Amino acid sequence: MRLPGDNSPRPDSTARRLFRFLGSMDLAITLLLTLAVASVIGTVLQQNQPYTDYVIKFGPYWFEVFEALGLYDVYSAVWFLAILTLLVISTSVCLIRHTPLMLKDMRHMRTNVQHKSLRAMHHRADWLANDPPAQVADELQSAFKTAGFRTRRAEKGNALVVSAMRGGVNRLGYILTHLAIVVICVGGLMDGNLPLKLAEWQGKIQVETRDLALRDIPDESRLSVGEQAFRGSVTIPEGRASEVTFLQMRDGYVVQPLPFRIEVLDFRIEHYDNGQPKSFESDLRIHDPDREQPLEQTIAVNHPLIYGDYAIYQSSFGDGGSKLDVSVWPLDTRAGTEPMTLETQVFEQRQLQWGEETLQIEMNSFDPFNVNASPTEDNPRAMRDVGPSMTFKIRQPNGEALEYENYMFPVNREGRDFFLSGVRSSPSDNFAYLYIPVDADGGIEGFVEFAGRLRDDALVKAQADEMTTASLADLPVDDEALQKNLSSTLQKLVSMFSQGGFGRVRDFIDNTLPETERETLAPAYLSMLREMLGRIYFAGTGESTDTADEDELMFLQDSVDAFGTLPEYGSPVYLQLNDFEHIQATGLQIARTPGKNIVYLGCFMLIAGVFIMFYLPQRRFWTWLESTGQGDTQVLAAGMTNRNPREFDSYFESIIQRLRAATEAGNSNGTERS
Amino acid sequence: MQNLNPSESEQTSPTIVRYAWHGLMALAAVVALFVYGSVLDSYEIGVLILTAVAMGFLGQNWPGFRWHVVVAAFLSLIALWLYGSDLNAAEQSFWLNYVLASQSQFMWMSALYVAATIVYFAGLLANRSAIEATGTGLTWAATTFGLAGLMVRWRESHLMGADIGHIPVSNLYEVFILFAVVTALVYLFYERRYQTRSLGGFVLLVITAAVGFLLWYTFDRQAHEIEPLVPALQSWWMKIHVPANFVGYGAFSIAAMIGVAYLLVNRVQQSRPGSRFVQTMPSLTLMDDLMYKTIALGFAFFTVATILGALWAAEAWGGYWSWDPKETWALIVWLNYAAWLHMRMTKGWHGNPMAWWAIVGLFVTLFAFLGVNMFLSGLHSYGTL
Repeated sequence: MRLPGDNSPRPDSTARRLFRFLGSMDLAITLLLTLAVASVIGTVLQQNQPYTDYVIKFGPYWFEVFEALGLYDVYSAVWFLAILTLLVISTSVCLIRHTPLMLKDMRHMRTNVQHKSLRAMHHRADWLANDPPAQVADELQSAFKTAGFRTRRAEKGNALVVSAMRGGVNRLGYILTHLAIVVICVGGLMDGNLPLKLAEWQGKIQVETRDLALRDIPDESRLSVGEQAFRGSVTIPEGRASEVTFLQMRDGYVVQPLPFRIEVLDFRIEHYDNGQPKSFESDLRIHDPDREQPLEQTIAVNHPLIYGDYAIYQSSFGDGGSKLDVSVWPLDTRAGTEPMTLETQVFEQRQLQWGEETLQIEMNSFDPFNVNASPTEDNPRAMRDVGPSMTFKIRQPNGEALEYENYMFPVNREGRDFFLSGVRSSPSDNFAYLYIPVDADGGIEGFVEFAGRLRDDALVKAQADEMTTASLADLPVDDEALQKNLSSTLQKLVSMFSQGGFGRVRDFIDNTLPETERETLAPAYLSMLREMLGRIYFAGTGESTDTADEDELMFLQDSVDAFGTLPEYGSPVYLQLNDFEHIQATGLQIARTPGKNIVYLGCFMLIAGVFIMFYLPQRRFWTWLESTGQGDTQVLAAGMTNRNPREFDSYFESIIQRLRAATEAGNSNGTERS
Repeated sequence: MQNLNPSESEQTSPTIVRYAWHGLMALAAVVALFVYGSVLDSYEIGVLILTAVAMGFLGQNWPGFRWHVVVAAFLSLIALWLYGSDLNAAEQSFWLNYVLASQSQFMWMSALYVAATIVYFAGLLANRSAIEATGTGLTWAATTFGLAGLMVRWRESHLMGADIGHIPVSNLYEVFILFAVVTALVYLFYERRYQTRSLGGFVLLVITAAVGFLLWYTFDRQAHEIEPLVPALQSWWMKIHVPANFVGYGAFSIAAMIGVAYLLVNRVQQSRPGSRFVQTMPSLTLMDDLMYKTIALGFAFFTVATILGALWAAEAWGGYWSWDPKETWALIVWLNYAAWLHMRMTKGWHGNPMAWWAIVGLFVTLFAFLGVNMFLSGLHSYGTL
């Protein structure tokens, strides 16, 4: 911003040239735009993700280049902070250069004007007043005053000058806005993590990247309770407490101890009727050695607890180690047909001896509700809760693991109930579901027993022999070889089915039968297999395909389908959730921001400054009074503004009208604008 | 040539009208407090009083705005009366069904904005100020339906359930209506003040685009359904943060469209000076000045909105500044217009480059408003496509 009087020539020393460069408008505008462009980076590239994600995304070479440029945490990268610092310096220099002039201009009435310069101004008027100059000056001054102007009178030779100004405060707008930028940046710097980074460079602290229990975290990764700013987060299960919080730094964290202990009594989620979450709340109890009684307070989103210099926010939630009572049902015969009970907890890993193998069951999560879209005819947007579910991994001895998602209650599908279990090999896949039919007693036993019988070689052989005898009974000759052959084919079909489902059977047909006979034999093989499966099923119930009712046949069909997909299910067990105790954990964010009030002060200054600058223009008027020598006064008035010249046209006229009225104008020459 | 500088008396309403208007606003605030006071917290009461004061000042010298508010209030109250306490009343009542239910009002609003755009341009081409005046009337009517529709929607959300009710500025669908209404009001303010009806078509183009999006969003995505608020939005800050932001967005959009008009007039003037189009349109200096005024207005309100956002973030997310994509893009928009204003106010740039810059600014603003929601993820993801 240039003001009159600002262009005095100065000796050009290097320091002065640097000072002028730093305060130059070109630099300021360049910095504003550079900062804008640089800020884009951090919005396009997700910040502060685990470093392994970046390696996968960019490859090892670019990963290192981007890391060196600080792109994973742009807003605390050295070069970004340098731009910001330069902007603050540039703004400060600007302020230092212009503030004295502005302050002077705010008060200076500029009585030192020439008649010639007033005549040359864009807005001017002249008229003849009936009183002598001194009296006219009085009248003008009081008229200006009622219009909100400050005035000053000066004598210029034989003329009188009345100078008036309104909105001198406009200059304050400039000072406030620019000072605000400096103040906000200083406050922001106080709340940033720069001291932490400095401490890291000096080797005073070390970022911990391992997932350790609190007591195992080394001292180099622990800070001390102090006056410094921080913003950390901590997850606390219901009924537990914490006296630390974790500050995320790049791909790791450091521990920030608190001068008090936060105990979580309860965490609640309330839902709207449509299942959307309505509120997240935590009941906290603060144990502080400085307090006689612990402080109890409920916090929620938008309602943090401000405790001294610390603010505690509700920011996330998770499972706090829910207790689960699980039955482990065998899907193969290696460990018998009876279920085992497993008392476990979310985040717990349990070993399970299964035949020769040791399976590791890693419980990952538990959800008490699963509200899904369930469109009905009346309401296409209807939602329904299908009940609790758990997800877990089953890890084989070779380290491979599949992830499972099991629902506690059966789900209804086409009128029948099924136990639902999803399986997937990677988190990026969707779950593929196994539908185990619910038996007549509402349990899983019916299916498990059927599966057991299918794997019972003696039973399968007996059924195969029986079926062979029955189907060959009509033959006139007793062909023992044929009988044996057929029976072993039937057993083989069943064994293939239990190893690989219908897929395996079809492969066998495609690969071993001659092409010419495939057409006729394939349906025969499949129908023989189906009959065998039916016989094996009814061997346990005492009924047969002819006497069973439709529900039973349906159950058989569903069991066969489910059994057929077991090979893809990849687990020798089905985990059924019997009971649970839901324990949640609340995710708190804890911050200490000593610079906050400074930033808010800066914000207030910025708003005030912007509005003053735009909407309180500085307006100046001058009147030049010369006596005509006959008791009258020739008045020349001129005006100017620093904002909004268009608005000033009508404003000028209205002020001139008031001035003329005040001086009881006689014959006038009217106002004019050039 | 129209009079570009209406004298003060034309822009000022009689003293009695001004007092009566302030009184009416005060009365409305008192009645609102009396009826709803029991469910308002102290912040919300503060917002209510400030709204009444602000509307008092907006309307004291602006007859169009006074009529707009009175008619919108009348439409809203009739709708409220017809609804009673039963949301299903809409199905039985002809008036609700076709005119007064929020959804119907938005359809009227959309149709009227499109009509206003066409009429404004027709008036410009025919060089008939009477046709352009019709454009102004249609814009006022559309804006009134928009405001009344928002009011009725507010009530409808409460009728859906006591815990669902909220001010309708909570998702992309609702703020698009707010955008149309606010942009139109800001434009109408300047239109009256500087007699610039021939700019109406240009400005209304942006609003028509918003309306087009709104209709697609309604019919293709069923986005008009009222949804309950996620916990992060359950705060009185929303009542001031969002509207302040949209004064900014609206003003920046107007500046960009004036920029378009400026470039067009400048080009025609060079090839065919003195053509009818050039004479009908406002002078280049006036458009240049208006561009500055709207950007200054937008900048002031955008500054307020961003700061309000930071204050709210400090309460909801645990920090006044987290470099969240939405925050960062707000900063980018702010820096861009800060640079524009410095160029103009201290380096004295004007004309073509500033017009182009204002248009580019609209795209930056558009990305902050929509692009962030569509392409980037973050804390501030309340509207998705």
